[in-house]
Amino acid sequence: MAEVRRFEHGSRVPGWDASVDLRKDPAGVPDPATTPVPAELRAEIEAQMAKYPDFRSAALPALAAVQRHHGWCSPEGIEQAACVMRLTPGYLTAVATFYDMFDTVPTGRNRVYVCTNISCSLRGADELCHRIEQLTADDADIQVKHFECLGACDIAPMVSVNGIYVGPVELDEVDELIDDVRNDRDPLPRKQLRLRPSADTLPMGDGQ
Amino acid sequence: MNKLLFKDIDEPGLNTIDVYRRRGGYEQLRRALSMPREAVLNELLASGLRGRGGAGFAMGKKISFLPKGALDIYLCCNADESEPGTFKDRELMQKNPHMLIEGIIIAAYAAGANKSFIYIRGEYVLQADILDAAVLEAERAGFLGENILGSDHRLSLVVHRGAGAYICGEETALLDSLEGKRGNPRLKPPFPANQGLYQGPTLINNVETLATVPAIMGMGGDAYAKLGTETSTGTKLVSVSGHVKRPGNYEIELGVSSREIIYGLAGGPPEGRSVKLWFPGGSSSPVLTGDDLDLAYDFDTMAKAGSMLGSGAIIVVDDQTSVVDVAYKTAYFYRHESCGKCTPCREGTNWTVKMLERMKAGEATPMDLDIIASVCDNIIGHCLCVLGDAMAMPVGSMVAKFRDEFEEYIEARRQESYLGTADPEPELALIQGAVA
Ligand SMILES: Cc1cc2nc3c(=O)[nH]c(=O)nc-3n(C[C@H](O)[C@H](O)[C@H](O)COP(=O)(O)O)c2cc1C
Ligand code: SF4
Ligand code: FES
Repeated sequence: MAEVRRFEHGSRVPGWDASVDLRKDPAGVPDPATTPVPAELRAEIEAQMAKYPDFRSAALPALAAVQRHHGWCSPEGIEQAACVMRLTPGYLTAVATFYDMFDTVPTGRNRVYVCTNISCSLRGADELCHRIEQLTADDADIQVKHFECLGACDIAPMVSVNGIYVGPVELDEVDELIDDVRNDRDPLPRKQLRLRPSADTLPMGDGQ
Repeated sequence: MNKLLFKDIDEPGLNTIDVYRRRGGYEQLRRALSMPREAVLNELLASGLRGRGGAGFAMGKKISFLPKGALDIYLCCNADESEPGTFKDRELMQKNPHMLIEGIIIAAYAAGANKSFIYIRGEYVLQADILDAAVLEAERAGFLGENILGSDHRLSLVVHRGAGAYICGEETALLDSLEGKRGNPRLKPPFPANQGLYQGPTLINNVETLATVPAIMGMGGDAYAKLGTETSTGTKLVSVSGHVKRPGNYEIELGVSSREIIYGLAGGPPEGRSVKLWFPGGSSSPVLTGDDLDLAYDFDTMAKAGSMLGSGAIIVVDDQTSVVDVAYKTAYFYRHESCGKCTPCREGTNWTVKMLERMKAGEATPMDLDIIASVCDNIIGHCLCVLGDAMAMPVGSMVAKFRDEFEEYIEARRQESYLGTADPEPELALIQGAVA
């Protein structure tokens, strides 16, 4: 679920779900004649629609394509996807706001998800997240989100950098990690999940 | 013990079709397709294989519930894997995607399904890319498509990426999400076996469940049923995390002692510490304590102990950690992931978090513990799906089993806070209605 803005005492801030101007009529299916869609984006969405028995199943892949293309699920991008899929922008916006990975507000180009769920927090994730947030506070290029369990508790505390899983990340590695992100380098290559052998095959007594 | 799922899991290139076939891959598919559908289903029934995604329902039985007839039948593989503490499907898909694909094709044959989908959580970018490549390889080799291996079986397989929502692991929410909607669970019945994807009959199984199918065909259902215990057959991947020396996935035979897994395989907590509590089946399972370590790890023993095997994710918490922090993290997660459709779940998770926050701020009283217990009682069984229960059960169990610690914590925090300076026992009872 997308982040809900809350008061300190926990209640929802009124208007947290206000995505539309209620004084206007709801937008209909966009007119292809007046909605220019980048050819690449159109081709990608059409290819996705062809994969399913019902074209509407392509809503998530289409929004992902919009996000890749525009950097976020912008109203303009959603309108383009709606135009290709023959749906209303309102429908796609409703879908986009449900999912954590779609950004419906402009955001940094680099997405850094720090897991702060149980297993990671038992191994110092809250401090790690705090440290990363501090370091990137004034970097508009980096979006830091504290995330729920990313399915890699074996490398806790862990971080996903633009989809690449790294961990366990020590506090003194944060500088290096963020430096890698800023300079478009492979993030902490020695700590990446893809290189990790299965714990089941390691000889006994090899724990860290 | 012979490994079935993790056999040579780290063999280089196992994710490619060449290495997989060299090791006998897709031979079970060939064998299955030479048998009648019913015979394949009988093997699965005989194996006693129970679903590995959480509910533990017998897989063969689920297939036999599907209506026969001219309808399109769908198969959905649940690869959403978002239950905190669970990461077994990730390792399987990343290192041995073809085993899953072979399992899907055989299961689809037994179920009479012609269209299949893998719903994988969007965060698993690497694994989804590997699956995409593997599906392409399988298509090229003629294992997917029309007339598979010369038989009358045809099957398409689409890898569908989610976008970050725990609730989409719930089977009916998964279907809505796969249909391109917000992932809200549906009212059951009708169950997916009757009305699932696009209103058609649908078989939904977890990655590990489906990946076990080739092994069952290889050794025969009866031989598989001899592994494990009588009602929890076979081997299981367990994800062990938290305060252990060797966190990771281990393949075990169901019925081994939990101590063997936590201490023997995962190395136990760091030196000088002991197990305070552990979740036996992901963060949704009621917690067990250090006294329960000698329980056998299987579906029924865990249920009898008041918890559940769930997804097979063991989270270990040692004696240096405050139970309040663990309860808070747990409740916070479910509040964030509640889809908001039912009031008990949406409000109950929110109020539980608020009360735990009050405890941390030193503003709570022991009465809050009773309120939490009552909130949890009022969630359980009163919601559309079990996400609400999934918060109520573990948090409720923590409050019940560690009540003393909660009370000490509340008092200690109160002393530290601004309330600590106030007179703890005013002369007149201030609680409403309690004035004499
Ligand atoms: C809130 C919630 C989340 C779930 N998440 C998952 C999941 O991530 N993966 C999974 O396989 N099953 C998950 N399940 C269980 C599924 O609903 C379903 O029972 C399972 O996929 C069936 O497969 P199986 O019989 O092979 O276990 C979840 C259930 C609930 C209520
Ligand atoms: S129990 Fe919670 S997550 Fe499940 S349908 Fe109801 S509100 Fe949604
Ligand atoms: S708790 Fe962080 S990856 Fe699971």
